[in-house]
Amino acid sequence: MNQRMDRGKFKTVTRRELLKLTPVIALGAFAIPKLQVPLLKAGLGISDWASARLFRSGHLAPTFSASDLTPFDKFPINDYDVDDPQVDFDRWTLTVSGAVQKPGDYTLAQIQTLPKFTQNTRHVCVEGWDVIGNFAGARLADFLAAIGADPTAKFVTVACADDYYESIDLATARHPQSLLCYEMYGRPLTREHGAPLRLSIPTKIGYKQAKYLTDLKVTHVLEKVGYWEDQGYSKFYGL
Amino acid sequence: MATRAVAIEDAKTGKVTQAVYEHPSIVRLCHWVNAVALFVMVGSGLQIFRAFPSFGAKIPQKDLLNWPKSLAIGGWLGGALQWHLTFMWIYIITGLVYLGYQVFSGNYKQVLFAPRDVPGVWPMVRHYFFFGPKPPVHEAYNPLQKHAYTSAIVLGALSVLTGLAIWKPVQFSWLAWLMGGFHWARLWHFLIMWAMLGFVFGHLVMVVLHGWNNFISMLTGWKKDPEYPAE
Repeated sequence: MNQRMDRGKFKTVTRRELLKLTPVIALGAFAIPKLQVPLLKAGLGISDWASARLFRSGHLAPTFSASDLTPFDKFPINDYDVDDPQVDFDRWTLTVSGAVQKPGDYTLAQIQTLPKFTQNTRHVCVEGWDVIGNFAGARLADFLAAIGADPTAKFVTVACADDYYESIDLATARHPQSLLCYEMYGRPLTREHGAPLRLSIPTKIGYKQAKYLTDLKVTHVLEKVGYWEDQGYSKFYGL
Repeated sequence: MATRAVAIEDAKTGKVTQAVYEHPSIVRLCHWVNAVALFVMVGSGLQIFRAFPSFGAKIPQKDLLNWPKSLAIGGWLGGALQWHLTFMWIYIITGLVYLGYQVFSGNYKQVLFAPRDVPGVWPMVRHYFFFGPKPPVHEAYNPLQKHAYTSAIVLGALSVLTGLAIWKPVQFSWLAWLMGGFHWARLWHFLIMWAMLGFVFGHLVMVVLHGWNNFISMLTGWKKDPEYPAE
């Protein structure tokens, strides 16, 4: 037997039920320009936080066989400024500073004395495309050990010959597949691909893998995040 | 299914109208928040897609479609990613709250497409698309509706999983592998969005066809004059 209800009473009931949906209106905050920017920043912040939690230092990025490699001439060249920032190879050094025991200028020959690692890994661009490339170089972890980086530091920031700049969390920098890369496809880096030294970090998105490195700094606080991050991209963007 | 039902009495005319409580408030809340989230996810997703509207190699790039900027959210790739990576949490949370509620309350029986619904699909299809006779209505959702809603839930889950495989192809490399690799995960994510839009289109057409009382039930929970007997 159905419960009987007066028409007026039913209206009150349905009105009360409708009011339970008021939390939906809170989403309207995203339409208010003044609130939109901080809200989206917070949302991206949550995603970055989750990304950092999902990163596992012992988990390796997939590696591929030589037959899976993207041909070298099909490896895209992406810059924010110029393909070739006219680096003078004879006078080039990597200037190391920050929380390290041995700051100073390091030559490519010095970096090449560290054990060389070669890997076929996927390079993923934030735009959505990806390529599988062959990268070789010294482990960033070995270099950090060689320069006596403070183990309690949190970030590695790099500056580039084309005024690009980037930052990597130290956990990712110490990942065994994070390379100070000086060779691609068995040959010294070409100018377009970041000669003489670039980052190759298969656990990070492409824009984090800076080219034409000139400076490397180890820090406890994040002083400069990165060129694209300053335009609004994710700060962590681990893959 | 224990459905709350009432008989509404109009004191003036003496008319009695039946009404059933079809949608609990959590379901309604999740429905509307998720509708907004889906709208933002599709809009920002299409802006993200505009950065590389292709599924092949970057060089030579063959664009699949030139999606107009006016039908996208975020303005540029970075802006769209902010929307996408913010609303994905809202999308996931409403999905989980909905699923959790449905499972623990037992309300899922109202919507889950089960083997016993299979025989009822064809008569419904005949009625909707080929002007066949209308099969008798026994409960809130007919078999075809259950199929549509259950599919939408599955598509929602798949959209999250394929998205995760694109966002974290290293940490969830097994997920990307399961989908046939990174390229396929991206293509699946894209196709699932269109399947979801197909559902939304059909859903909206049905909402219009089923009239006001049906539409209002997703706002107040109560449906007046149900087509099935109010117990």
